[in-house]
This record gives sequence, C-alpha cells and structure tokens, in this order.
Amino acid sequence: MTELRYLAPDTLDEAVGAFAKAGSAARILAGGTDLLVQMRSGVLKPGVIVDIKKIPELTAIEQTTDGGFRIGAAVSGMALAEHETFGKVWPGVLEAVNLIGSKQVQGRASAGGNLCNGSPAGDSVPAMVAAGAIVTVQGQDGRREMKVEDVPAGPGRTNLKPGEILVSFTLPPRPPGSSDAYLRMIPRTEMDIAVVGCGVSLTMKDGVVTSARVGLGAVAPTVLLVEDAAKALIGSRLDDAALAKAASACSAACRPIDDKRGTIAYRTKVAGVLLKRTAAIAAQRAQGK
Amino acid sequence: MNVVTNNKWIGQRTIRPDGMDKVTGRAQFAADTTMPGMIWGKVLRSPHPHARIKSIDTSKAEKLPGVKAVVTSKDIVDFPIEKGAVMLGIQDMRWMCRNVMARDKALFPGHPVAAVAATTEAIAEEACKLIEVDYEVLPWSIEIDDALKPDAPILHEFNKFDGKPSNIVGRLEHKKGDIAEGFKKADVVIERTFTTRPVHQGYIEPHACLISVAPDGKTTIWSSSQGQFMVRAMTAYLTGIPQSDIRAIPAEIGGGFGGKTIVYLEPLATLLAKKSGRPVKMVMTREEVMRATGPTSGSKSTVKIGATKDGKIVAAHGTFYLQAGAFPGSPIRGAAGCSFTPYDIPNLLSEGYDVCSNRSKVAAYRAPGAPIGAYAVECVLDEVAEALKMDPLDFRLKNAAMEGTKAAHGPVFPRIGYIETVEAAKSSPHYAAPLGDSHGKLRGRGVASGFWFNAGGESSAQVNITEDGNVVVTTGHPDIGGSRAGIANICAELLGIDYRRVSVIIGDTQTVGFSNLTGGSRVLFASSMVVTQSTEKIIQTLRERAAKIWEIDPEAVKWENGAAHPASPNAGQFEPLTLEELAEKAPAMGGPIGAGVQLNTQGADGGFGTHVCDVEVDVDLGIARVIRYTAVQDVGRAIHPGYVEGQLQGGVAQGIGWALNEEYIYTKEGKVDNPGFLDYRMPVCSDLPMIDCIMVEIPNPKHPQGVKGVGEVPLVPVMAAVANAIYNALGKRFYALPMSPPKVLEVLEAPTQQAAE
Ligand SMILES: Cc1cc2nc3c(=O)[nH]c(=O)nc-3n(C[C@H](O)[C@H](O)[C@H](O)COP(=O)(O)OP(=O)(O)OC[C@H]3O[C@@H](n4cnc5c(N)ncnc54)[C@H](O)[C@@H]3O)c2cc1C
Repeated sequence: MTELRYLAPDTLDEAVGAFAKAGSAARILAGGTDLLVQMRSGVLKPGVIVDIKKIPELTAIEQTTDGGFRIGAAVSGMALAEHETFGKVWPGVLEAVNLIGSKQVQGRASAGGNLCNGSPAGDSVPAMVAAGAIVTVQGQDGRREMKVEDVPAGPGRTNLKPGEILVSFTLPPRPPGSSDAYLRMIPRTEMDIAVVGCGVSLTMKDGVVTSARVGLGAVAPTVLLVEDAAKALIGSRLDDAALAKAASACSAACRPIDDKRGTIAYRTKVAGVLLKRTAAIAAQRAQGK
Repeated sequence: MNVVTNNKWIGQRTIRPDGMDKVTGRAQFAADTTMPGMIWGKVLRSPHPHARIKSIDTSKAEKLPGVKAVVTSKDIVDFPIEKGAVMLGIQDMRWMCRNVMARDKALFPGHPVAAVAATTEAIAEEACKLIEVDYEVLPWSIEIDDALKPDAPILHEFNKFDGKPSNIVGRLEHKKGDIAEGFKKADVVIERTFTTRPVHQGYIEPHACLISVAPDGKTTIWSSSQGQFMVRAMTAYLTGIPQSDIRAIPAEIGGGFGGKTIVYLEPLATLLAKKSGRPVKMVMTREEVMRATGPTSGSKSTVKIGATKDGKIVAAHGTFYLQAGAFPGSPIRGAAGCSFTPYDIPNLLSEGYDVCSNRSKVAAYRAPGAPIGAYAVECVLDEVAEALKMDPLDFRLKNAAMEGTKAAHGPVFPRIGYIETVEAAKSSPHYAAPLGDSHGKLRGRGVASGFWFNAGGESSAQVNITEDGNVVVTTGHPDIGGSRAGIANICAELLGIDYRRVSVIIGDTQTVGFSNLTGGSRVLFASSMVVTQSTEKIIQTLRERAAKIWEIDPEAVKWENGAAHPASPNAGQFEPLTLEELAEKAPAMGGPIGAGVQLNTQGADGGFGTHVCDVEVDVDLGIARVIRYTAVQDVGRAIHPGYVEGQLQGGVAQGIGWALNEEYIYTKEGKVDNPGFLDYRMPVCSDLPMIDCIMVEIPNPKHPQGVKGVGEVPLVPVMAAVANAIYNALGKRFYALPMSPPKVLEVLEAPTQQAAE
C-alpha cells in the first residue's frame, strides 16, 4: 500500500524538476481521463503525480506571429472548442479532439494526454499528424521540438526522454484554400474507441490539390503518416482514380492486428474507405463549400 | 382495441414515486449503505477455465495485518450432488453452493475460490494474492460445438447423456402431431442453423451488499436483488442461519433484467461478517460482473419450417442448444417453449438441450431463452414468406394462434391478442411509410413476432390507512419496472382518492409476507391482485364503519370518490363520510384500518408482440443502424402507460444491442476478453432512434384490472426483426449474431452463393 503524492506546480520549471526527481515512479496528469482509469484498474501505481493544469503555458491557446496556432498540451477539448478562430482554421483537428469521449470527458481530456498516452487509436493524433503539428517538449536538458508523428513509439510508449514533458503543439499557418477533416470508424455512434481513424489535411487551388497530408490511426503499433496516400492526392482533382490510389496506399500502409475490436481484413479495407470520405470532406471545406 | 376511458388513475402517466430520489441522487442503492465498524470483503477468483482445486492455503492471508476473516468452500453449506436436487424456485442449491464458491473444481475464470474481509479494500485485495491455491489445470471448452465433441472435457463427471458422461445436462421437448407427416404436405421447406453469442444483462449497478451478523446470530442484509426473499432463502441455505434470523432489506435496484434473481456475494459476506464480528461490505467491480455473473446463453439452433403454397405452416422442427455455463440450468424452456407459440402449427417438435461449458453460470435475462429461439424461428419464417411471395405479416396472420389454439407446451389459449398485434403493425404508420432517402446507404425493413409465458406466483401486500386518512401500501417485490407507480394508480382508483395520497413501499423480509422474485413479468400482475383484495377488504371495513355511524345496514353504504355514501335515497339522507373522517374516528370505531392478503396468484396470461424495424447499412464499413422501430404489444391493460412504453423501449434497446454489437469475446486462454463497457458494446442513446410503441389492450379476464405482464415480451422479437431488415436492405442473410461491422462486411464481400431454396 504505497503512498501517492500529488503535486500541482505553477511553473514548467518546477514541474520538470519535480518530474525528473521522482523518476520512473512519477506520472504527469493532464485531464486524467486515461491516467486515472489506468490507476483504478491497477495497470499503473504511480508514487508521484505531477498535475500540469496550473501551468499557464500548458493551458494556453495562442495565435503565433506567422498565423499558426500554439496549443498547450493540457488544453481540454471543451476549451479548444470554445476558441473563436481555431475551429475555423483547423476544423479537422478540432473535430478529432472533440470526438474524444463524452461531454464530461471533454471537460478534462487534452490532446497532449491523447498523444502521450501512446494509444495507436487516439483520435486527435492522426488529425495532428495530418496537420503537420510540431510539438515542443521540455526536460532537464531544456527544450526541443519534434514532429508529432515521431512522438509515439508503440502502444503505450512515446519517444519522450525520461523526465520530459510535452509542452505544446504548434500548427503551421494555413495558405488560402486549406482545410482538414477527421473521421473514425467505431461500431457505435459515440463513446467508443476507433477501429480505424483517418485525418486528411489539404490545400487546393482551382480544384487541384497542391499539398496534402494523411494520418492513419489504429492500424499499426503507432499512428502513421501515409506519404504515399498524400502523393496520390497531390496534383489531382480528387477524381475517383486518385482517391482509389490514395485509398490503396492507406490500405497498404496498414499493419494492423486481429483483435476484439476488428480483424486485419476489416481494418485494412476500412482505412481506404475512410481516406476517401475524409478527403472529400476536407476538400469541400478547403473550397469553402 | 379496448380503450379504458372511465378511470381516473388507471391509465394515467402519474409521476413515478421513486423519480425524485433517483434524479437527485438520494436513492439508496446497495453500495450506498455503510455501518460503523464496517470492513470490506473481496473475492479470490480462479484464473483458469477448468481446474481441480487440490488445496487452498489461507494462512499467509490470515496473518496479514488488517485481515479479519477468510472463508473458503469449507465454510459454505454443501448440498451433495448424489443426494439429489434441492430446488429454490428454478435454482438447484447443489449448483448454487458450488457457484458462489468452487468446491472440488473451478469451472470458469472468475469462479470464486476464497473470500477475505479486511479493514480496507486494498488490504483485502492484497490478502487475496497471499492465498495459495494448488490447481491441477484441466482441459476446457466454452463454445457449444466444443463442449459437445466426443472427446470434450466433461465438467460434471456424474452426468450422463445417452449412457455416457456428457456436457448435455438436460433435454426438453414439446411435441404436437407428427412432423414427418407434416413436412410431406409442405410445398416449401426451409431449414437453417443460427448461432448467437452470450450477452450480458448489462445492469449499470454492480452486485453489492452490506451484511451485519450480531453476536446472537441475527443477520441483516442490505443488497440489490430482484427478490429480498430469494436473498434470504439462499443465504439461509448456504450459511445454515434460519430464515427467521435473516432480515433482507432490498435496496433500490440499478437494473437486473433477470441477472439479479440469484445471489453471488450475500452468502460470502454473511460468513465473513459472522467470522469477523464486523459488518462486511462487498461491491463487485464491472470486470467481476462481466466475468462471474451470468450472461445469458450463447446458442446454436436449427429450425426447419414447412408450408403449403397457400401459406399454411404444416410442420416445424426446432432444435435449440443453449450454453448453461458452469452448472446446469440454461433457459431451454423459453427457447423451446416460446419460439413457435405465436403460430397454430399442427405438427411441431421443439427440442431444447442444456449444455455445460467453462464459462460463468447462466442467469436469467428478460424472457430467458425466448429471444434466442425466436431469432431462429422468425428468421426462417421470413424466408418461408419470401419463398411464398407473401407479405411477412400476412403470412403470420394466416398462421396466427388465437383463442382455442393448443400451444405445444400445453395450454389451450384463452382470448389472446396476438392477431391484434400483427394487425396493428400492419396498419401502423411505420409499415405504410416508404423507406425513404438513403444517402448512398442501403435501407431495409423487417418484422418479427414473439411470445413470453408471463408468470403469477406468490405475492403479499399490506394496505394500511394512516391516522390522517392517507394510505401506505407495502409489497414484497423490488421495483424494477415501475410497480410502485402502477400500484399507486390502482389503489387510488379503487379508493377514489388522489394517487399522491397513496405511498407504496417495498417491505423487507421480516415486515411483509413472502413474495416471490421480481421476474417473469409477474410483479404488477401479482401484486396488484393482492393489493386489490386488500383494498377491497378495507373498503368493506370503511362501509361497515359508516353503516355503524349512520346506524344502517352496511349493504346500504356505497364507497365512491374517497367517501362512504348512502347507496340509495332509501338508505337515508347522510352527509358522505370521507376516508379522512373515517380514519379519524377509527380508534372509537373498532381500531386501525388495514388489511393484508397473501396469495399464490394464478391466471397470468402470456404476452405477444410484433415488431417492425428499419435499418440503414453503410455497405463500405459494414455498419448497420436501426433508424426506425415500432414495437406493438398486447399489454393487457396499461395501468401506467409511460412505464409500459418504458418496458417496450428498454427491451427493444437491449435487443438491438444483442443483434448488432453485444457479445462475449474470449481469449485463447478461455478468459473473457471484453469485461467492460468499452469493448462489450451496449447501445448508447445516439445509436437508437426513438422507439415507437403501440399498446394493444386486450384485458386479461382473470385479473381484476386486466393486467398482463409486459416486461419480457419486448426483447423476444428484436434480433429477428433487425436481421430480417438487414436482409431486406442487402439481399444477404445472416445466420449469426451479432451482426457487427466486421461480420457484416465479411458477408458482403463473400462470393455470392446463398441461393434461396
Ligand atoms: C469515457 C472515456 C471515453 C474516451 N473516449 C475516447 C475517444 O473517443 N477517443 C480517444 O482517443 N480517447 C478516448 N478516451 C481516452 C482519453 O480520454 C484520451 O486519450 C484523452 O485525450 C487523454 O487526455 P488526458 O488529458 O485526460 O490525459 P491524462 O490521462 O492526464 O494522461 C494520459 C497519459 O499521458 C501522460 N501525459 C499527459 N500529459 C502529458 C504531458 N504534457 N507530457 C507528458 N506526458 C503527459 C500521462 O502521464 C498519462 O500517461 C476516453 C476515455 C474515457 C474515460
């Protein structure tokens, strides 16, 4: 019956210090909607919990000088939804974050927690990957930046170094004609875990895709950036042939498992179906329709 | 349709008496009770699907500081197998004593092998880990096909079928006519085999209890169940404490659906409390609920139906194999007995087989067995109707059971309302509506019918007039489906007073007479009988009191609108005497006014329903969604229509879950792989359309208010209605549940070769 210490520092430096000091027994707490569940089920028994929600930088949403966005790692889904402009610029990222759980869960759950939890099925991750988000992390040795797709290392694991805390996501400025979308397949209509998740971000000019990024979730040990799918879309008018090619690229990228949530055959097929549907929504939005 | 118009309270959607407490969080469920000095009980469960227990060493656990008591099967009263059945209702205590605590063998992962009580939950859990169990791990089987293989591991070696040790632990058949002869007359014969997965009742409230045993042996149980008397009797049997010493207090119940008609924790907590001298609380985790409390059976059914060109069914044969889990007792009676009952079939053979295998013991689930059987029968009927090019409802009408039809399970039907349900479905706005725009998805419509026996049985009630002239009714059944509101409506109607003046209470075992389980759709049927008779006795007393005051004959007094009146002008001129006035005068006029009645009620008529379901299928993802649903049911008489609709809608919601997503999934090691609501997918609100209800009221002539049970029928037709709708949308038949997205896509992508016969 080990003791549990709860710390809620006001500054990032304090948090980093406390986190590093406590070593492997410590866990960061953002919304807690994964952490507390894991503690209750006995999967995790941390000795120290470092709550990061009191640190202003981690709960801030800012517009960067170049017109991008910086979102604190602990910003809740609800807070992001209430931001005046974010959802207009990044509707796909927002819908992905807002798909997490229910209203109650939304009041707490963060994109940072979603990413650091390391689940290949985390909903916001494929959308962040498609968005080309860069994350800032801070540890004892200072700050560094990583591509969001480089953060997950495998189910339940990340490439953050011991003692590092995820600080924020930075999303790039958007050229005109850009938008994004996220769709997931779940057997129910809500309160479920993605069997496949797909994020697509597009920039279009005169009906032609000029740039594209595709993120796929729940089909491999980590969320995937599917560059072949993006290539198939770029230069196309999203005609059937281009979509079919991108869909095959998604299916080909899948390295799923057979489990209680879906079969390999099912996930592989659905990855392609979702790519087509997600791209269509992103394109509609990009063209202001 | 018999519409009741002249009642003031019967048929009204009165505000539910338990509503305020439930929406404000004041309602006391089992886990809400605490006592000074209370400690916590935890169960050590077998990790193996099948293992001989060679020894259990509890010494290390007992030495852990904070541990107050440890119990094993040695502490539980044994009911030796060779001594024969000891029945309590439908449960055999020989199996119950082995289910609450494994004796020589653990028969499923999650089977209790020991229990610990300690000052905290964490210490109790820690102590469980210190208990050393020496298992001899045995081969196991879970699926019916595996359990029936010639070399299958046998769970109960003493059991023989066809002279050989077998996992078939029971067989039942209903027979009428001669099926061989019947099938000869058929122009169309269709035979299909169906499988369904085990599904859990899915009550939100986990099993929980708090139990105190005083030094003199007087025992108090607070627990959530579908019958405080069942809790008392089972606990008495399994602990040896006489029933007179056990007071079982029913908590508000957070759902049961049949799953709380047996005990799991109460005998263990009682023994722990007795050993430790401290009140013991036990609350299951969701995982324990999913692993160790009954889901209903998985099944394998083969149904063959033959009909003539003009649409008459001439013969039918059903064979239903149901998984009992660790101990005998799967609901073959419901499967074999209900499935063909809506139809008048001259030649019928309906067989049920009870199959043991290494999963948790089955517990009742809403019309136990009937939905499983109806799924197979109603899907084959759909195919026969299609082959005959008949509308599926017309086909059902042509073969419908009616007054005078002899059901294969025995009874000759009195006036029943089956035909009316089919006709109402046929003329419903839903059946007439076009399927509508499908946005690239495929839509389809299906229908199905269902029957459930309904039950009567023992009930007791006490009705008392309070000193201020209001009414307290005490009944003995936990209220799961709104019985308190129904009883209040009836009692208010009979007394002619505002229903808010009637307070309905669920008594505990030592304060109200024996009342059988809340189950079998029996509670309002049975308890309103005893409440009616009690209230009639009270009215008789009130008339006598008024007669005495007026010095006239009691026969010359009538009771109306909450007061005694002279029956006619001849009786004399008197101001009415109200209930309040008579209550006030009670001490002087012979004492308190109250009456109790206890009966083994008879005359519960079966119930029939017919459902219409529309689905929309996303063919690229394999997702089927129900987009419109109408449940038609003969409800006898809707005492509280809101609650009746609630029963219909709830049953349909559960059936949609069963049809589309719910299933027990097992790991290679034989353990449940989805013991929680994330991966055991019950429908959430947004998965369902508003479920429309059409209540057909054919009053039960053997009941004072015409009541028929309504709680179970609505689950019976659902899976078939959904399956038939999916066929209508896709042109492909599904013979296995659930029709979850990967499975739908698999069928859609399979090469077509399912030619209809
Ligand atoms: C009912 C329910 C429904 C859910 N539905 C969904 C769903 O639909 N889709 C979905 O993707 N998820 C779902 N989840 C899971 C969960 O809500 C999400 O993963 C959520 O985004 C986690 O965020 P959080 O802020 O609550 O994380 P926390 O639980 O606080 O943290 C999660 C993990 O990340 C670590 N961590 C958190 N922040 C940081 C940081 N800044 N730096 C380093 N490490 C950090 C924590 O130590 C922990 O290990 C659901 C959970 C519940 C309980």
